[in-house]
Amino acid sequence: MYLLGKLGTVFTDSCRTAGGVFLLLGDTLRSMFRYRLRWDQMLEQMYFIGIRSQVVVLTTGAFTGAVFAAQVWFQFKRFGMESAIGPTVSIAMCRELGPVLCCLLLAGRVGAAMAAELSSMKITEQVDALRALGVYPVEYLIVPRFLALVISAPILTALALVTGIGVGYFVAVKIFGVDGAYYWDNTIKFTDRKDVMIALIKSFIFAVIIASIACYKGMNCPPGTAGVGKTTTEAVVNASLALLIVNFFLTVLLNALLYSN
Amino acid sequence: MLELKGIQKSMGGQPVLRGVNLKIGSAEKVVVIGRSGCGKSVMLRIIMGLLTPEAGEVFFEGTRLTGLSEEAWNPYRKKIGMLFQGAALFDSLSVFDNLAFPLREHGEKNEEVLREKVTEALKIVSLSGTEEKMPAELSGGMKKRAALARAIICRPALMLYDEPTTGLDPIVADSINRLILHLGKMLGMASIVVTHDMTSARMVGDRIAYLHEGKIYFQGTPDQVDKCEDPLVRDFVRGHAEGIDVVG
Repeated sequence: MYLLGKLGTVFTDSCRTAGGVFLLLGDTLRSMFRYRLRWDQMLEQMYFIGIRSQVVVLTTGAFTGAVFAAQVWFQFKRFGMESAIGPTVSIAMCRELGPVLCCLLLAGRVGAAMAAELSSMKITEQVDALRALGVYPVEYLIVPRFLALVISAPILTALALVTGIGVGYFVAVKIFGVDGAYYWDNTIKFTDRKDVMIALIKSFIFAVIIASIACYKGMNCPPGTAGVGKTTTEAVVNASLALLIVNFFLTVLLNALLYSN
Repeated sequence: MLELKGIQKSMGGQPVLRGVNLKIGSAEKVVVIGRSGCGKSVMLRIIMGLLTPEAGEVFFEGTRLTGLSEEAWNPYRKKIGMLFQGAALFDSLSVFDNLAFPLREHGEKNEEVLREKVTEALKIVSLSGTEEKMPAELSGGMKKRAALARAIICRPALMLYDEPTTGLDPIVADSINRLILHLGKMLGMASIVVTHDMTSARMVGDRIAYLHEGKIYFQGTPDQVDKCEDPLVRDFVRGHAEGIDVVG
C-alpha cells in the first residue's frame, strides 16, 4: 500500500512537472514573437554553449568514433567484412551515437549551468526584481538560453559526427590496416543525406527538451541553497532520461517518415 | 494613492492574509510591523504584482491593478519601486549596469544621460565612485543602498521597502533609515516599509500598522502605538516573549 502511494506520488509529480515544462515551452515560444530578441544575451549564451562546449563535444565524438570503429573491426574481421566498417561507423554516429551522446553531454554541462544560474537568481529574488523593474523573466532569461541551445546543439552534433567519422577512419585504416579506399568509398556510398538529417533533427529536439526542463527547474527552485543543488541534479537527470526515452520514439518515427519508401 | 481592499492570500495551503484593508495617501510613510511569517512581505509582493491575491483588490491612483496581465502591469511598475530584503542586485552586472537597467528597459539609449542619472542616483545614496564594482564586491549595507538607488532611479511615486534594515549593524541601519526619510522628502514619494525593527518603524513611519493573523490589527501614529495597551501590540512593540513557550 505504501509502495502504491509512493508510486502515485511519483506519477502525479511527474505529470505536474511535464505540464509545467510544456506551459513554459509555450510561454517561451510566445515570448519569442511578442518581445524583441535580446541579441547580446543570446550571443553571450551561444558563446558559453557553442564555443565553450566544443572541447567536450569533440573529444566525445572522437573517442566514440574510435571505440566504435575498433569494436566493429574486432567483430567484422572474423567474417572478412572489413569494408563494411566505414558505413557502419558513420550510420551509427549519424543516427544514434552523435546526437544522443552530444546532447547528453550538453544536458550535463549546459542544462546544469542553466538550472543552477536560474535557481540562484530565483532564491536571491533577482527574478522578482526583474519583474518589479517591468521585465518579463521568460523573455529576458529563458528565450536567449533556449534559442542559443537549439541553434548550437545541431552545430555541435555536426562537429561531433565529422570528428567521430574522421577518427573512426583513422583507427580502422591507420591502426588496423583496413583498405582506406574501400572504407571511404563504402562510407560515402551507404551514408545517406537522410542519416545526417536524422542527426540534426534529433539534436534540435533534444536541445528543446534540455532547455525546457533546465529552465523550468531553475525557475521553480524551492527556497534555500539546498534547493539549488537539488534543482540542478533534477534538471540533469530529468533531461537525460527524457532525452533517452524520446530518442526511441524519434528513431521509430523518423525511420517511418524518411525510409517509408 | 494606494488602497488594499480585503486582500486574501494562502501560501502552501495555509491562509496568510485574511482580508487586509489599508490606505496610503500621497507622500505618506506607512510602516507595517508584525511577527515573522505573518504575511508582511506577501502583502508587498501583492502590491507589486509579483503575487496574485485569491480575493480582494489593489487600487493604485484610482486604477484597479488586481487581475491585470503581466504586460498591463508594467506601466505601473515604473511608478512603484521596491527594495528587496536581500537587495536583489543582478550579480552578473556591475553597479552601473544595475542602475542603468531600468532606464535602458524604459527606452533610454543615450549613454551620457544614463551616466548622468546613475551618478546622481549613486550620489543620493552616498555610493559615488562604485559604478564599476560588481555586487559581490559590496558590503551588505552598500548593496542595499545600491538597490535603493536602482529602485528610485525612475522616480517612483510609491516605494516599497521589504525589511530594509534586517541583517545590518545599527549604524548602517540608521543610515538606511535616514536615507528612507531623505528620499521621501526629496522625491515626495509615498512609502510602505515592512520591518520588525521598532527603532526603524518609529523613525521612518508617519503611521504604523500592526499585521496580525492576516489582518491589520491596529494602526496609529508611532506615539499611539507606543502608548497602546493592547497586549498583542504592547508585547510586540516592547519585544516581550512572555506568552511564548521557549523551553518546550
